[in-house]
Amino acid sequence: MRVMYLVKSNHPGPPTPELGEAMQKLAEREVKAGRMLDNGGLMPISTGAQVRIADDKLSLIDGPFIEAKEVVGGFAIFELRDKEEAIAMATEFMQLHKDLMPGWYGTCEIRFFATPPHNH
Amino acid sequence: MLRDVPLAEDLTQEALVAALEHWPRDGVPERPGAWLMATAKRRALDQLRRGKMLSRKHQMIAQELEQREQTMPDPDLDDDIGDEMLRLIFTACHPRLSREARAALALRMICGLTTPEIARAFLVPEATIAQRITRAKRSLSESGLAYEPPRSPELPQRLSSVLEVIYLIFNEGYTAARGDDWLRPQLCNEALRLGRALAAIMSQEAEVHGLLALMELNASRQSARIDDAGDPILLADQDRNRWDRLQIRRGLQALARAYALNGAGGFYALQAAIIACHARAAAYADTDWQLIASLYGHLVALAPSPVIELNRAVAVGMAEGPAAALVIVDRLRGEAALKSYHLLPSVRGDLLQKLGRCEEARAEFETAAALTANRRERELLNRRAGAAAKMT
Repeated sequence: MRVMYLVKSNHPGPPTPELGEAMQKLAEREVKAGRMLDNGGLMPISTGAQVRIADDKLSLIDGPFIEAKEVVGGFAIFELRDKEEAIAMATEFMQLHKDLMPGWYGTCEIRFFATPPHNH
Repeated sequence: MLRDVPLAEDLTQEALVAALEHWPRDGVPERPGAWLMATAKRRALDQLRRGKMLSRKHQMIAQELEQREQTMPDPDLDDDIGDEMLRLIFTACHPRLSREARAALALRMICGLTTPEIARAFLVPEATIAQRITRAKRSLSESGLAYEPPRSPELPQRLSSVLEVIYLIFNEGYTAARGDDWLRPQLCNEALRLGRALAAIMSQEAEVHGLLALMELNASRQSARIDDAGDPILLADQDRNRWDRLQIRRGLQALARAYALNGAGGFYALQAAIIACHARAAAYADTDWQLIASLYGHLVALAPSPVIELNRAVAVGMAEGPAAALVIVDRLRGEAALKSYHLLPSVRGDLLQKLGRCEEARAEFETAAALTANRRERELLNRRAGAAAKMT
């Protein structure tokens, strides 16, 4: 099953070098194991824009943005066998944050793709 | 489903650890791939938890496994997966083993599938798979093979043996029909995982990327190629919105890597390039048949086969018209290998009909209908024969 991980936080600042290195190693391992298909980090909300519809009106919001509680900072797409494997992966990823960047807080959201490419 | 005895056997005797112990003594690695074993055991535990069959016996086995797992180191981020994985792949897929044995061993040892799972996936009795695995292991240990990836002189042969097995596993899953045991299509994912892993580890081998491209591109059509009744949907009729874009992108990237490594002429890369022509066409009418016909030309030169030549004829027919294709098909009519191959008269009938030679077309469709084992295909061919008869 295909899964997307959305890493959300509003903890300021970049990851510590130790965390960065560990995440890099984890990513390399998962690519080598044939599980990770894609991943990426996202720039802060303030550098982007939003096109919205409210009350049937289309509008462009180019900032400033109201600070959301948790903002998506990165994503990864995996092909995994089941939900258990998906949770184990996220737990390992978050454990790295806990160990290597004390004080960091956030959520790793696990979302399965709606139309699985394979029929099971 | 898993039953007590085979499961117990599987978990105790077939465990990866045990397998490694029985291999040539000096071949056993210093660091026996902790992550691989952890994966295999997690799979086993999953099996036990998942199936709503937690009899006491199963619980005992699970407990025992869990206790053992605690003494087993967790996969370490510093572990070099690459070397360990490579050794396993090249050993499980050794050319001295039969294709079937290689496939079973790879699924058992690398993917962590249980023997009953492999049997279900390949639609063969459990005992057959168990025997294949046991014999394969014995054969490997008796031969005293070094448990290591091959050195350069033997690499091409050893690698081609590995790629063949991965593709065999993939195709088993790919030809599975909807309604089959879910484990069959799951084989595609296992093969893809192996292919991706191999591409990451052996990143300089063009054909590894070629095979990965072929599998990614084929798999990208998986959900569009079978209808709700389980019948195949022809390429021309597939809803291309249901093709998996992420997988297509990965397939095209892998193909580009094969090309960059001067691998455009490889056996798998050529096949991947043909599928890529379809993947790049937004609609069936946009298909670059000229390029497909030329790629088939290279493929048939590399691996002469009347079936590939027949495929080339179809592409030539689309690119240049039915007359040019008929010349190729007529050359194939004497081929012994195609004597009872229903697609030969089926293709020939289609070309004849397009050329207005309807009576001959009808006869070909009837021949094809009599040759096919597939009921729905037979119905379709009989309908075409009937339609051709009306036009005469």
